[in-house]
Amino acid sequence: MDWRWDFTFDVVLPKMWEAAGVTVWATVASFVLALIGGLILMLLKTHRSPWISRPATEFIEFIRATPLLVQIFFLFFLLPDFGITLPPLTTGILAIGIYNSALCAEVYRAGFQAVPKGQWEACIALNLSTYRTFRDVIIPQSLPPIVPALGNYLVAIFKETPLLSFVAVAEIMQISKLIGAEYYRFTEAVTIAGIFFLVMSLIAAFLIRLVENYVKRSILH
Amino acid sequence: MVPRIAIVIGLAAFLAGLSVATFAELKMFLPAILRGAVVTVQISVLSWLVFMAMSLIAGVARAKASGAVLWLAVGYIEVFRGTSLLVILFWLFFVMPEFGLTMSPVLAGVLGIGLNFGAYGAEIARGAIGAVPRGQTEATIALNISPWNRMTRIILPQAIAIMIPGMVNLTIELIKATALVSAVTLVDITYASVQQNQLHFRTVEIFAITLMLYYCFAQFVRFGGDALEERFSRHLSKRV
Amino acid sequence: MTHPMIQFDKVLKAYGALQVLKDLDFSVGKGEVVSIIGPSGSGKTTVLRVLMTLEGIQDGTMYVDGEPLNRMQKNGVLVDASKAHVRRIRSKIGMVFQNFNLFPHMTALENCIEAPVHTLGQSKAEATEEAMRLLTMVGLADKAGHYPSQLSGGQQQRVAIARTLAMHPEVLLFDEPTSALDPEMVGEVLEVIRDLAKSGRYTILLVTHQMGFAKEVSDRVCFFDGGRMVEQGAPDQLFDNPQNARLQQFLSKVLEAG
Repeated sequence: MDWRWDFTFDVVLPKMWEAAGVTVWATVASFVLALIGGLILMLLKTHRSPWISRPATEFIEFIRATPLLVQIFFLFFLLPDFGITLPPLTTGILAIGIYNSALCAEVYRAGFQAVPKGQWEACIALNLSTYRTFRDVIIPQSLPPIVPALGNYLVAIFKETPLLSFVAVAEIMQISKLIGAEYYRFTEAVTIAGIFFLVMSLIAAFLIRLVENYVKRSILH
Repeated sequence: MVPRIAIVIGLAAFLAGLSVATFAELKMFLPAILRGAVVTVQISVLSWLVFMAMSLIAGVARAKASGAVLWLAVGYIEVFRGTSLLVILFWLFFVMPEFGLTMSPVLAGVLGIGLNFGAYGAEIARGAIGAVPRGQTEATIALNISPWNRMTRIILPQAIAIMIPGMVNLTIELIKATALVSAVTLVDITYASVQQNQLHFRTVEIFAITLMLYYCFAQFVRFGGDALEERFSRHLSKRV
Repeated sequence: MTHPMIQFDKVLKAYGALQVLKDLDFSVGKGEVVSIIGPSGSGKTTVLRVLMTLEGIQDGTMYVDGEPLNRMQKNGVLVDASKAHVRRIRSKIGMVFQNFNLFPHMTALENCIEAPVHTLGQSKAEATEEAMRLLTMVGLADKAGHYPSQLSGGQQQRVAIARTLAMHPEVLLFDEPTSALDPEMVGEVLEVIRDLAKSGRYTILLVTHQMGFAKEVSDRVCFFDGGRMVEQGAPDQLFDNPQNARLQQFLSKVLEAG
């Protein structure tokens, strides 16, 4: 094996630095989209009318059962057919966001279901308003399971962003591929991409644990 | 469960109907997609074997081993969970030759997916082993059962029943993840449909078929998993 | 010279700063039936658990049939026992648990032949024959093909006793064998234990809350409190004429409760 440090520092790292920004932006934007989308899907899924809850349930199941990459390609090729032309990055963020909305919806639902039925009944017995019921009783109790699960999806989204390289978004993986193609050297770029993901994931996992403990301590004494 | 069976049947009927209705059109791209489906199934089955083997080996090591073996298991799990699958595939296929180890696309794909999912599966296996009541271990000590027999005959059979739901979910994720193997030049369903789309520009039909194929694979695994879970946990429920 | 079947020599067991057994000296003769009573947290269950090597001890030596269990002779001195040594000595002891701990994925019969076949190396036919004999003895021959989840608590505990006997132990440890049972099932389990005690073939250590039963079957009763054996003696003497104030207190509370 030969690892060239000059190549690493002069060519790979500067390009990777810019690409890391794209990766982080794609991660954050997709995550925010997923948080909001997940809430909407959860509300639809738990809606009283089966005409709303049933399609929502099947949509979630369908999204979860099919590969994100295919969904990205589908959106990428489909949207222009409807006259919508978006930059690949935006299309990719949309696809990752929708995909993870379906996953987050389940997290929210599981979180609310984890609150014992007696708590809802107590709120009715105390004649609390719906707003008060959620704000003071239900949400504080459902946060401890929800927060770490959402954190894990943030990390998962981060690790999904390399898929955007399939539609030529200039994120970390795409840049490593391009460097590889241009200089016929994959070793440095791909290895650094791997280390980048590994280190960021480990840091994120550590942070999630901190937040998890904080939430547990501050809400359930 | 029944409605979902209906959906799968409905989808199959829809696919059949579609193929009759637009037979001439489908003839252009369906064969290529089905050839891709064969590759997807091959890679799925092979990498599933690697995934299960690594899950059990690393899971048992993580739960019960100490010293170097434990650290090896922890290292494997953290590294392969921490990196992105696509990066792992690239690394195996494009960087490993630098270390003098050139892999065929199939081998790189199977190893990459298998090792990546094995790391997730190991955590499920570890959790399941930990969920077997402590009394079971104590009973094996009282009966002087050897550590090997304790693990293989007492703990694992019970742990496997506990880990089935998690492993079923991971199996579905694994099938979905095979969509990435075009990165190592394999032409699976996903890549075949991209190619066909670029040739024929029938985005909706092509991707509808592709998505439904994956959906059917997932539901198929789900049924199998439910049946397996039912079979394994029959004797473990508190009261029959 | 005859040695005791079980002997504890200055055994110390602690969880961190909490001493559960404090320099315990204690012995049980061959064929003797000894009940251990005491309040919760007195260390009575711990005596059985350290003897079964479910938990380690910090200091002292335990002997089984004259041979050290947690130590072994090496070049004339006692050193910490190897795993093989522990397994050899441990084979003389069997234990029946409060929560039965049957293997849930095996039938009653499979539970009883698992260790004889895979640890003792008996043939399957041989082990099955003996297991059926034992299951008949505990009155469960007709349940041989049932899984634990299909049996009542009392039936599960009787299977557990048969499973223990199948390993031919010389010492039987019973750790509150009826505590997890519904009241109507206690009798059937006690009956089996009574027969074992009367047979005189086993050295028995019984931790129990059933005072009446302890009085009936024991040759000797030991009262534990705070990690020490506070008083011991023949059942009549200990129950009818307790000397120690803590024991008097304990007995009055237990008898009050029913």
